[in-house]
Amino acid sequence: MKERFLKVASCADENQEAQFNTWLSGQGIPFVSSEAAADYQARVTLMKDAIQLKKPPSRIPICPSAGFFPIQYAGINMYDAMYDYEALTGAWEKFCNDLTPDAYNAPTTVVPGRILEILDFKLGQWPGHGVAEDSEYQYVEKEYMKADEYPDLIDDPSGFFMNRFFPRIFGALEPLQNMPLLPPVNEIPCIPPALFPFGDTDLQAAFSSLAKAGEEAIRWRDAVRRLNGKIMGQGYPAFSGGFTKAPFDVIGDTLRGTREVLMDMYRHPDELIEACERITPFMIKSGVASCKATGHIMPFIPLHKGADGFMSEEQFQKFYWPTLRKVIIGLVDAGMVPQLFAEGAYNQRLDVICDVPKGKVLWWFDLTDMVQAKKTVGQVACIAGNVPLSLLCTATADEVKAYCKSLIDAAGKDGGFIFSTGAGMQGSKPENVKAMIEFSKDYGIYQKGDN
Amino acid sequence: MSDDLVDAMANMRETEAMELAQKMLDGGEDPLQVLESCRTALEIVGQRFEAGKYFLPELIMAGEMLKIISQSAKPFIKKECSTKADVRGKVVIGSVKGDIHDIGKNIVTFMLDINGFEVHDLGVDVPAEKFVDAIKEVQPEIVGMCALLTTAFESMKNTVEVIEDAGLRDQIKIMVGGGTVDETVKEYTGADAYGADAVAAVKLSKGWVESKPYQ
Repeated sequence: MKERFLKVASCADENQEAQFNTWLSGQGIPFVSSEAAADYQARVTLMKDAIQLKKPPSRIPICPSAGFFPIQYAGINMYDAMYDYEALTGAWEKFCNDLTPDAYNAPTTVVPGRILEILDFKLGQWPGHGVAEDSEYQYVEKEYMKADEYPDLIDDPSGFFMNRFFPRIFGALEPLQNMPLLPPVNEIPCIPPALFPFGDTDLQAAFSSLAKAGEEAIRWRDAVRRLNGKIMGQGYPAFSGGFTKAPFDVIGDTLRGTREVLMDMYRHPDELIEACERITPFMIKSGVASCKATGHIMPFIPLHKGADGFMSEEQFQKFYWPTLRKVIIGLVDAGMVPQLFAEGAYNQRLDVICDVPKGKVLWWFDLTDMVQAKKTVGQVACIAGNVPLSLLCTATADEVKAYCKSLIDAAGKDGGFIFSTGAGMQGSKPENVKAMIEFSKDYGIYQKGDN
Repeated sequence: MSDDLVDAMANMRETEAMELAQKMLDGGEDPLQVLESCRTALEIVGQRFEAGKYFLPELIMAGEMLKIISQSAKPFIKKECSTKADVRGKVVIGSVKGDIHDIGKNIVTFMLDINGFEVHDLGVDVPAEKFVDAIKEVQPEIVGMCALLTTAFESMKNTVEVIEDAGLRDQIKIMVGGGTVDETVKEYTGADAYGADAVAAVKLSKGWVESKPYQ
């Protein structure tokens, strides 16, 4: 099993072309006019050309990461955005209509507050529940999985999440700890004992909470879908359309916690690696499924603990990269373009992360040196980034434009580049965002002879 | 044996370091001497971090080893003698209002602590006024502010202003760090320095208390 996802499958090219065609077709999008449909296809083509590295696009696609910026821009607060779906979608519409980036991020990270309430979510605090109404939701890091539980996670990841992890992070789902293991239910005598927990009122109450949360999630999804139809209907594609994570981050971010996972590299190295391996197929399948659900090609993959400083290059190659690379290969085999968002700096990783199939992934950088990134990773993959949030939040519009110019000069040459920000834009000055988008759209046109 | 302890700790051989320390303590060696060896090892770890050989895992592991050995040493230490070396300086630290992240801050706090600073950790989501009260009470040389969120830059700036309005700005040095904080943000907030990591925070703090030209 460990030999899977090491080499790209022969069907990858064909699958990618098919998935690009799905994305490009815009099937099901209620376009307002034939011009809007053509604009949509032209913008998708800009990204496709940048990603495939076969020829430069006609201009650099401008795809900043909206983050929670549209919320402040519309003059509402985070609480409104998480509880009032009309306010949320209105804010996104205003942002897209006013600032017209080439691709937008659907507000799927602005999760509905009510589902967190219904499930009594413990893994984070959100407006009105631990943080102020104008503050974004924030994680509460804890050791939600103990070190001695690695064997249980490795034996049965799904069972571990259901019986241990969910009861710890969702107060309302505590009774899930009584859910039976499924593989033992395979013969007539196994059926009655497996059913006992379902007759219990506690577990029934947990299911009832899940049903309520599910109904609420669908109300939110429908509002977001209407919004997506409106924005795409005017000719603007989404920048990503799915989500998955690096296996190491699954273990480190929310199961073990930062301190613990970094110590596990010394105290439980084999179990940590084994756990990452066990998580890998789940990350591939969910990345593919979430992308297919939106007809998109790029699952968003935020990378956290592999950044410079978090570990040595040797540790990166031993603990972080092998299973992330498998996730990349698995996604590429299915025709997807992994959108790898390397938070923090990746200056010490550039050589290692070049080991990806050419023209099939997007490396999106934050604090990484873009000149070096272009020289290395840029030879095998489209790179994106990296206007710093420190500038967008605190500098003048002229300073922002100067950065955009030097960024495009350094990273934009000969295509293979998508212009973006280094992180979600919350906190940015609106005039800086406007200046960044307007300037770069214009400055990023590939002149004749330039190519 | 103390050289072996230093070597085991500095090279991340945790089990060996723990056994050595226990053996030394059980064998009647001065517990303060054992802790001194730990400090020597931590110094080596810090140097390797600065040289780009060690990273966060090693800082955390070294800290963890020290914690465990300190616990083991406690029963051996006579009440009258203090385990604390001379205090190098005082630091008030916290995640600014609006930000509840604390992983980075806790690592900085720990590194300052083992480097001889008396650290007063105000926790997370700390209002500017609480910084002011702590400065008045603790009289630190240094104030550390951290934030992961970009939306907390304003809060950092405001905290510096409130400290200034309280007339306390001249008696302290302010360092900022965390997430996307950088030199640009430092300028914006009016802090004195930005530190990229825990070792940078220690270096800045040492530099300030050693020169103390501002007092």
